[in-house]
Amino acid sequence: MDMTEAIVFAGSAIGAGLAMIAGIGPGIGEGYAVGKACEAIARQPEASGAVTRTMFVGCAVAESTGIYGLIIALLLMFLKPFT
Amino acid sequence: MAIPKFLTGSEELSVSGPKIITSFQIGGVTINFTETIVLEWLVMAVILFTAWFLTRNMKVKGISKRQVLAEWAVEALTNLVRDTMGKRWLKFTPYIATVFSFSIFGSLLSLTGLRAVTSDFSVLVSWAFITFVLITATKIRFGGVGGYLKGFLDPVPVMLPLNILSEVATPTALALRHFGNIAGGGVIMALIYYGLTGASHALGLDIPILTVGIPAVFSLYFDLFSDFMQAFIFCMLTMVFISNAGPAEDET
Repeated sequence: MDMTEAIVFAGSAIGAGLAMIAGIGPGIGEGYAVGKACEAIARQPEASGAVTRTMFVGCAVAESTGIYGLIIALLLMFLKPFT
Repeated sequence: MAIPKFLTGSEELSVSGPKIITSFQIGGVTINFTETIVLEWLVMAVILFTAWFLTRNMKVKGISKRQVLAEWAVEALTNLVRDTMGKRWLKFTPYIATVFSFSIFGSLLSLTGLRAVTSDFSVLVSWAFITFVLITATKIRFGGVGGYLKGFLDPVPVMLPLNILSEVATPTALALRHFGNIAGGGVIMALIYYGLTGASHALGLDIPILTVGIPAVFSLYFDLFSDFMQAFIFCMLTMVFISNAGPAEDET
């Protein structure tokens, strides 16, 4: 591995790590959504089916930014587009 | 004593797209015949066989266990579509059921050691494109072509670029979400196997004994839960987008 390649690889690895910071947002958002869903079910247990379904869909939508980060990280780590 | 190659586990880690079996040229465009296409036909055959097997010898009285399962599946999906989209959209049930079963069977393929169909981006793009066509068709059906085009200038004409962007972002996000979850899960499972093989070699074991059992715990989430969740969410969002494209339901 020559110097240029090594620098590019190191940059890709650091970039992948930075891309995964995107995981913070969905983590906070989904935690908040699940907490609210728990409150809703505690208040109205008969609506638990609808609440759970809505919560999962909302979580999936909130998760997508994190997934974009994950895709970028995987691209940088394994497909190495810049080498 | 030499240990057979298949028992020593994976020595190196490589993540790549689906294998290209053969490629041919049509009018200067290279078309790749990939592993995914073969596996898709396999999934289609499995779904077809399951459907045929479950619906054989249907009776009104004295029904078999197979028929109960088939009726339960059809009823559950119909209820899901009715609850999410409303009664007048019930004709979308076959499409939703197709995508749902294809997604589940295609993702669960990873349990057999084959490559999950849904970890190929082109599969998800094609599904998302069908959804996009359905959304657009619904908008045109209810508002006419003029109404559809006018919708881009809503609420003020300055919003035109943003509206076009959000129109394109809908199917893109739909495809990327499903792809990212399944492909990411596959990569993480490969990493776990690789890491456990390395750990057992570090302990001086020639056969990677640590890869027995431990990955199953992670597989439960990354292969089973995530697959069902993503299939459900893809269908759910498809239904929500399509039913939102029409006017609000009048209570009939």
